[in-house]
Amino acid sequence: MGAFRSFTLLAIAGVAVGWFVTRPQPFTDNALDGLIGDAENGALVFAVAGCASCHTGPDGTDYLLEGGKRFTSDFGDFIAPNISSDPEHGVGSWADLELASAIMKGVGRDGSHLYPALPYVAYNKADTQDVVDLIAYLRTLPASDRPNAPHELGFPFNQRITLGPWKAIFVGTDWELADAPTPELERGRYLVEALGHCTECHTPRNMLGGLQIARWMGGAPNPSGEGRVPNITTAVLRWSEGEIAEYLKSGFTPDFDSVGGSMAAVVRNTSKLSDTDRAAIAAYLKTIPAVANEEP
Amino acid sequence: MSYKALTMIATAGALTIAGAAFAEGHLTQDQQRAVDARKAHMSLNSFNLSPLGAMAQDKMPYDAEVAAAAAANLAAFANMSHDSYWVEGTDSSGGGTRAKAEVWTDRAGFNAADMALATATIALAAVAGDGLNALKAAFGPVGGACGACHEAYRAPRS
Repeated sequence: MGAFRSFTLLAIAGVAVGWFVTRPQPFTDNALDGLIGDAENGALVFAVAGCASCHTGPDGTDYLLEGGKRFTSDFGDFIAPNISSDPEHGVGSWADLELASAIMKGVGRDGSHLYPALPYVAYNKADTQDVVDLIAYLRTLPASDRPNAPHELGFPFNQRITLGPWKAIFVGTDWELADAPTPELERGRYLVEALGHCTECHTPRNMLGGLQIARWMGGAPNPSGEGRVPNITTAVLRWSEGEIAEYLKSGFTPDFDSVGGSMAAVVRNTSKLSDTDRAAIAAYLKTIPAVANEEP
Repeated sequence: MSYKALTMIATAGALTIAGAAFAEGHLTQDQQRAVDARKAHMSLNSFNLSPLGAMAQDKMPYDAEVAAAAAANLAAFANMSHDSYWVEGTDSSGGGTRAKAEVWTDRAGFNAADMALATATIALAAVAGDGLNALKAAFGPVGGACGACHEAYRAPRS
């Protein structure tokens, strides 16, 4: 066998193995067995997970998840899809298992990789029961027949196969706060790292769009325009736990400035949580290791 | 290091500082005064919100007189004309302010957000002296109005 031929065979085999290892992997058929959705808890999950912040339409009509909002990034523009209960244009006809695979595994109904604009990097740490509850709640929301628009991405980012290796590198199930010594911190960690996906905006990204874990919550350029998403590590965030919890409830800072920008939608969501959950988030935030602000 | 080299470094340093000062302060006097007035207005809002918020958040005892006076001030500030604040060329692209260009490009939406605060503060002023529960109920919409406008028309800090 010639050297070139064996090299070619080896390369093909390598690509095949690479594809196989990083192929889209949805939930197995029995993953949701025995789980029954509770729409009431689902409404809470819906608020913490911030689904409406991205999936309501450009006019932002409450609870109408018609999609169409545009999210600009270094890789192109993502257009949020219709996830309303409409069977044709929304996800009304998707099975629970298909929706859970999309939300937690980043795998679409057609078996292809979804872009991590959908924060499955965080949602994959959610309790499956919570996601089943969320799906039950989503099915109670109104339908919209707004057609989906394709994302507007440049090559090679428009090739979904590239998301396989991306996931292999950047998606994990480890908690950033490895030890949560109290139930409150455990709850706070769950709300912040899994459902709340705070890190998606508050941690800077590398050239490939993966999170720079070394600068966890250390602030980042605003992906959707001017200014910066603030550093919320203990290097900068000096508010007391009570003050953080109050901000997440009323939107007022300790000196009575008010929340603004993209965070306003987040506070609309956190205002729906219990005081206990807001306190848990605040307690968690105070454990984040200090990261110095980047030099401007 | 030679005297000439030191002079060059010093000159470069001085130019850098002057350049930075120029970037910060290239608004005309009229523009700068409008930006300053806006910030002063926001300071007055925040100052009067403080006792109301502290009471609403159970951080200080309810005082009907203090609450009524602060709420009346807020309503007065929100209901005076702000039209002359929004001088052309004073959006965030010029530095020194976080007012987004949308204040000018979406004036109808901006005015509606402004009107929402005017309405919410009048409702608060009407009841702020009538007890803590009344204050709390009317305070929430004021915070909502602040946040709604800052969501659409104020840029994040850079």
